[in-house]
Amino acid sequence: MAAYIIRRVFAAVLLLLVVSAVTFAIFYLLPRAAGQTIDSMAAQYVGKSPDPTVIKAVIKNLGLDQPIYEQYWHFIKGLVAGADYKFGPDPAHCSAPCFGYSFKTHTAVWPQIEQRAPITFSLAIGAAVIWLVTGIATGILSALKRGSIWDRLAMGISLMGVSLPMFFTGLALLALFSFNWLQIWNVQYVPFTQNPGEWAWNLILPWVSLAFLYSALYARLTRAGMLETMSEDYIRTARAKGLVERRVVIKHGLRSALTPLITIFGMDFALLLGGAVITESVFSFQGLGAYAIQGVTGNDLPIVMGVTLLTAFFIVVCNLLVDLVYAAIDPRVRLS
Amino acid sequence: MSDTHKDATEKATGAAAEKSTEASVAPEASVAPEAAPSDGAREFLSVRDLRIHFDTDDGLVKSVDGVSFDLKAGETLGIVGESGSGKSVTSLGVMGLHTSDRARISGEIWLDGEELISADKQRVRELRGQKMAMIFQDPLSALHPYYTVGAQIVEAYRVHNKVDKKAAKKRAIEMLDRVGIPEPARRFSDYPHQFSGGMRQRAMIAMALVNNPQLLIADEPTTALDVTVQAQILDLIRDLQKEFGSAVVIITHDLGVVAEIADRLLVMYAGRCIERGASDKVFEQPQHPYTWGLLGSMPRIDREQTDRLVPVKGSPPSLINVPSGCAFHPRCPYADIPADNITRTERPELRSAGGDHFSACHMTREQREKIWIEEIAPKL
Repeated sequence: MAAYIIRRVFAAVLLLLVVSAVTFAIFYLLPRAAGQTIDSMAAQYVGKSPDPTVIKAVIKNLGLDQPIYEQYWHFIKGLVAGADYKFGPDPAHCSAPCFGYSFKTHTAVWPQIEQRAPITFSLAIGAAVIWLVTGIATGILSALKRGSIWDRLAMGISLMGVSLPMFFTGLALLALFSFNWLQIWNVQYVPFTQNPGEWAWNLILPWVSLAFLYSALYARLTRAGMLETMSEDYIRTARAKGLVERRVVIKHGLRSALTPLITIFGMDFALLLGGAVITESVFSFQGLGAYAIQGVTGNDLPIVMGVTLLTAFFIVVCNLLVDLVYAAIDPRVRLS
Repeated sequence: MSDTHKDATEKATGAAAEKSTEASVAPEASVAPEAAPSDGAREFLSVRDLRIHFDTDDGLVKSVDGVSFDLKAGETLGIVGESGSGKSVTSLGVMGLHTSDRARISGEIWLDGEELISADKQRVRELRGQKMAMIFQDPLSALHPYYTVGAQIVEAYRVHNKVDKKAAKKRAIEMLDRVGIPEPARRFSDYPHQFSGGMRQRAMIAMALVNNPQLLIADEPTTALDVTVQAQILDLIRDLQKEFGSAVVIITHDLGVVAEIADRLLVMYAGRCIERGASDKVFEQPQHPYTWGLLGSMPRIDREQTDRLVPVKGSPPSLINVPSGCAFHPRCPYADIPADNITRTERPELRSAGGDHFSACHMTREQREKIWIEEIAPKL
């Protein structure tokens, strides 16, 4: 088991290096390959019709005139040790991990991420708890009572959940419970550290609308997994031993049925951590998703690059965790 | 070989003449006691007119359609038949393992004086694993991949015995040792995929026998194993049966397995019993053309190398539209022998061919015995 963990962690670190190289290449190498000059690239970082001296400053700050490996080294060094940006009146130090510096807003990217991450995390974690509990419970019940009215109802609702887009569910909930009909919520983010009760109360609508989408999917996956597992030979063996049905379902069925869900959950959760773009904009939350949108609409490349890098990091880390959990559950993984 | 057959035939014909069963037209006298009340005192397992039908979208599948048999403690019954003949469904029925709500089960199953079909589900669950246990065809898929072999045996023991984990572990290691697994204390914490096929089946047997069940059902216990291991597993089952004195039902499509181990034999076709009796009797003088077919398709070491195996022609019938009359008639080379096209219109009842040897065939006993002696036996 220890050897397995070390191997997986090592592989994950390597993967992070590759991810950083690919991200770097997308933002620094691709424009050059597409025929852009150093000047036109630098111009993108500062906005329309910039001053030549400003462009020079950007080139110097980003090291665009240096050879490509120097640029990559500069980029990695920034991530690990921090970097200094001399741009505008005051020189800015971008401390490690330096995810870049937005020349348009005159701010480093990382402090922004740090400030916004709790909002996105709150959204993702709460919604994940809700969708896991409701999705899996619904899926199990549906599988055990296959063909019953309950099963049909649950699968019908979950079909809705899968099909309805997030912006519809979110806006419908807002219209019903916040703006028009029952004006219960005036949704705005309250930090957990400030008031946990308010925090949770304000997050209910975003959680529910996000969880609706995912729990529908998870209910269907759990149901399918459960139906498949319950027809396995080892379930028959468990019954042949004389175990009570509840134990057969929970101890012998559920454990196998849920393992495939772990992989999917790892990916879903990682992507959400990188920013629940639509949910955040529906509920006007200033999370990572909103930050990414700001970067994209404002053509502020360092922001886009920072969020991309962060999301990639979450995906790698979540995948690592998935691998470890898998090994803990399925002995065939860790021993082979 | 053929000499013994002739002897047996003569004896058998003599017995039949006394009873004059076959020649008589009135079937009542010769029909097997399908609906007779069970003799709970002597028989450990008594199955009466068991029917297991499944309601499917395509129609009613009559997987088992009126099967009866008895088994005494310490005896071994072999149930033989092709895939889809209903042998596994029968055994799962005895264990009460048909959980689908589409299964329609009727008849009687008496286990040690207790009727199981009408019994409370909870009660059947208590008996399962304790008084009756089962081992399955593929031990790799029958064992849970996520739990150690030891943990699975411990679980089987603790369902029915209120003991702590330590005592259960001791018992499990004892059983692993008993079924011939080397270093049982170490193998206790291994996972099923770390065992070889034969060892896995041994572990399954250890798990099934951990509560000293009085009935062991083995559903194709050697089919998934290497030939060399098959014999070891059969030996093990036989040894353990002697030791524990349990009744054993062994389900197989391999007559070789049955010849080696079974005291009594039940041949199934299309969900019904078409021949049953003491296995030496059935092997000596099989009464049903389908049994002949099974014997003809069995490889034997004493067979001439130039002889080819003779498969039963055609394929097993649909269990939704079972052929009319005798279900075997479309594949039976002798279907035209009985008069009045009766094989196509009337279903043959089980009739005695001497003692408790029964078969369901419209041909008269003389006709069958003539064919057996002249056409079939010489080729085997």
